[in-house]
Formats: sequence, C-alpha cells, structure tokens
Amino acid sequence: MSIILDNVSYVYSENTAYQIQALKNINLKIEDGQFIGIIGHTGSGKSTLIQHLNGLMKATSGSIYFHGKDIYEEDFDLRELRNRVGLVFQYPEHQLFEATIFDDVSFGPKNQGLTKEEAGLRTFEALKKVGMPEELYDQSPFGLSGGQKRRVAIAGVLAMKPEVLILDEPTAGLDPAGRDEILDLVARMHREQGITVILVSHSMEDVAKYVQRMIVMNQGSVMYDGLPKEVFRHYKELEAVGLAAPQVTYLMNELKACGLNVDTDATTIAEARASLLEALMGMDAKKADFGGTPC
Amino acid sequence: MLRDITLGQYYPADSVIHKLDPRVKLFSTMVYIISLFCFRGIAALVVATIFLVIVIRSSKVPFKFMVKGLKAIVILMLITALFNLFLTPGKTVVSFWVFKITEEGAKNAALMAVRLTYLILGASIMTLTTTPNQLTDGLEKSLMPLSKIGVPVHAIAMMMSIALRFIPILIEETDKIMKAQMARGADFESGNLFQRVKNMIPLLVPLFISAFRRADDLAMAMEARCYNGGVGRTKMKPLHYEGRDKRAYLIVLGYFALVMVCRIYFPFPM
Repeated sequence: MSIILDNVSYVYSENTAYQIQALKNINLKIEDGQFIGIIGHTGSGKSTLIQHLNGLMKATSGSIYFHGKDIYEEDFDLRELRNRVGLVFQYPEHQLFEATIFDDVSFGPKNQGLTKEEAGLRTFEALKKVGMPEELYDQSPFGLSGGQKRRVAIAGVLAMKPEVLILDEPTAGLDPAGRDEILDLVARMHREQGITVILVSHSMEDVAKYVQRMIVMNQGSVMYDGLPKEVFRHYKELEAVGLAAPQVTYLMNELKACGLNVDTDATTIAEARASLLEALMGMDAKKADFGGTPC
Repeated sequence: MLRDITLGQYYPADSVIHKLDPRVKLFSTMVYIISLFCFRGIAALVVATIFLVIVIRSSKVPFKFMVKGLKAIVILMLITALFNLFLTPGKTVVSFWVFKITEEGAKNAALMAVRLTYLILGASIMTLTTTPNQLTDGLEKSLMPLSKIGVPVHAIAMMMSIALRFIPILIEETDKIMKAQMARGADFESGNLFQRVKNMIPLLVPLFISAFRRADDLAMAMEARCYNGGVGRTKMKPLHYEGRDKRAYLIVLGYFALVMVCRIYFPFPM
C-alpha cells in the first residue's frame, strides 16, 4: 500500500526552444502514513513531481504505481486516484469560486458522488477542522482575509477525505501565526488520522520541525532522501545548491567546533536545548575550563 | 493542454526575421494579408505558398510549433468552409435533401480554408518572431502621424501590447486553475453541452477574479513607476532602419507586385 515512482522523467515543451527537463529518472517509494517533506529551490521540479502523484501530469517516461496498480494503464480510474490523493496547490485561495464558503468546500465531496447530506457533513467537518467560525459558513469566501481564504481552500481538499494529502507550499505568503496554524493542523491530521502527508516547503525550520522523512530536489533529481537530521548533515552541500539547513544546525556545528560536546544532529530548538543542557551539565561535572577558549 | 495556442507567444531564435525592424514586419504582415484576399488563380497561390515557406524557413521557428497554433482555429475553419460549401449559389454539382453543393461553393470553401490557414500562419510568424515590446514600439511609431488628429496612439499601442503580453499568462493561469479544480474532482471533458458550460463555472470565476487582480496590480505598478501616458516618454532603444530592413521592404513589395501580376494575367482557374 504505497505510491511508487519508477524511473519517472518529465520534459516540458518537448522539441521546442523552451524544452526543459523538469524531472530526471525519479525513483521514490512513498509508504502509507509517512510525513514527508520535499524541499528544493525554485525550479527544482518539486511542483512538477507532486502533480505526477495524482495523475494531473503524465510522465514523459517511467511509471507510477498506486497501491500496486499502474496509473497509466488504460482502465485505471484517474478520478478515483484524485479522490484518494488530495493535492492542495500553491495559493489555493485562487481557486475559490462559489457564492458561499460552505458551497465552495462541498464542491469536492459533491464531485465524489456523495449524497447531499453526506457531502454537507464532510464539509462541516472539514471547516471545523481548519477552525473556521460557524457564522461565516454562508458568507462569500471573497470577503475573507488571506489566511482565512487559504484555510477554506485547504478545507475544500480535506472534505474529500484523501488518504494522501499533498500540500504545495501551504504557508507561502502567510504571517508566522498563520503558518504555525496551518502546519499544526496538518501535523494533527497526520497524527490522529494516520494519513500520508507530503509537504512541499522552502522553510528548513518547518520541515525539520514536522516531517519524518525529507526529500531534497535539485535540478529535477532527488539529491538526498532520508531523516531530516541525516539530510542536514550535508548542510554544506545544501548551501552549494542554494538551500540551507535550519539555523539550529549552524549553531550546533559552531559550538561543536569550539569544543563544546553538543549533538550536531539537533535540528529543532527543543532538541538543541536538550543537547546544550546536557553538554553544559557534563562540563560542570568535569569542571572543565570553557570560558577561556578563544572562540 | 492549453499551451497549444501559439498566437501571441514569442519564440526566441537567432534569425533574419527576428532581427527585422518591427515596422517592417507589421507592414509585411498587412501586405501579405491583403495579398491573400485579392489573389486569383493557381499561379498567385503558388507565389503566396513559396513566399510563406521561405519566410517560415528563414524564421527558424519549427513548423510544428506553428501548426499547433492552427489547431485552435480548426472549428472556425470548418464552419467557414461548410457555409461556403452549401450556401454559395451557382451550378449544382451534388444535391441531397435541402443541401446542394455548387461548383462555386466547393471552390470558395477550398479557397477560404487556404486563406485562413495562410493568414494564421503569416500572423503567427510576426508574433512568434517579435517580442510584444518591439511590436508596440513598431505600432506606435507607424501610427504616430494619426496622433496629430487626436487618435490616442500611445494608449492604443500600450493596451495592445498589454493584451498580447497577457495571453500566455492567462493561459498558464487557466491551466493552473483547471488542474486545481480537477484535483477536487471537477470534470471538464464529459457531459452534454449544458453540463459542460455549467462545469466551466469553477474555472471561469477564479480566472476572471485573477484577471481583474492582475489588471489592478499592473495599473498600480505602472503608476508607481510614474507612468502617465506617452507624453515626453523617451525610448531606451529607439527604432531605426538598417540595410536589411530596406531590402525586406523591397522583397515584400516585389512579392505583392508578383501576386497582382498573377491575378491580372493568370486568373485561371478562379
């Protein structure tokens, strides 16, 4: 039960002056229930990659298997695939169109062929989940603030109850509070309902804080694939391709270079704090002279 | 899927046609279109075809790229051809039920299809080899004399170039919104006509909103850079004619003369 990408390549505008190879021989296995982060700078192929996962784009070569079935087979139901792999695009608020928030969110469930009652129930649930106040349900989505619009648009995908939820930079253009709200919501859904989440992001801090597995894309290929702390060990290589590790990684590496025995694998502030405390306690015990080190 | 519309898209390449002054290209396109609508006889058709082929070859734009643009007008061409085929009075060749095909009708239909195809190809060579900026410059400069009689030439040129510039952007936007709604289970491909129109609402509403938003943003950005119309505005790269531009004028005029000669002396068989 998973999504498998076998040697997937994609070329934009083949045989023209605009020809760009967006994906080069991608091999990935996405297990059920994982929380995956995809990072890469602009144009590295992240967005192209995720649009392959629900069949919106067709690979130029290679195959994709969803639960063991080839999605490019003639008789494969792509609409069913899209019901099960929910994709939230960048700036999803640009896709709102209905007269009321409630109607907009129920667009997805209605397309799934659910009864009116069932679709309504799911809509209600999804809007609750993203924390929209009930009195807004019958208002126009166009009167909302940017962050609220974003949440309504995400609810529109959540209401379809996907098994796999893919979000393309869901926090772009939001303030820190709005960003945390959305990421916490996604993390909670992953924890409580066990759905697979794929988060495309620019922010190393976000990725380090939430995901279990990290995929780094560079020029259409997978550069690194592993635990965040494993990937961030290569922070110098990441910098070379225009990315960076979380600030904490730099701090810990510098402290280590100064002779403090800290864990350089710490990627979040909480981990760093624990590691620092431990190192400092150990020093107290040994009564080492740290203060005089010229660093 | 919507990337197939090539009209209004620039195709970068290093060719003679790309380097020509935009005024030459505008004038030539106009002359070419006029020639298409006044040629008669097979000889003129051959001349027009040869001219078109030479220009396409020397523009270094792949022919496949242009043909894609033709796909968009296939329906228009079919309708035009059918109307001509059935509704031209003349000597009846075939008739069934209320329809009758006349000799003149068949001729007109074929001629119309050829004309439309050539017209689109010719016009797309211009837009494919000229950036929207060059095109505006060319238009503005060619039409400048009209501003003396109160025609807002600069405003017209600016509006045209913005409209042209926005075609690919809106196409991309449509593609994006379409995909976003397809991810939510929208279906744009099946159902009867009425259902299909209804299914377009989730696409059209966001598209219009985004077009208005872009228009607003653009107006704001232009004002922020002190844009206040064409008065006193200077150009970074003023247009001036080179030797090749003069030769191009001669070639185009020569072509037109040849078509006229063919029309007068060899109007067979049309």
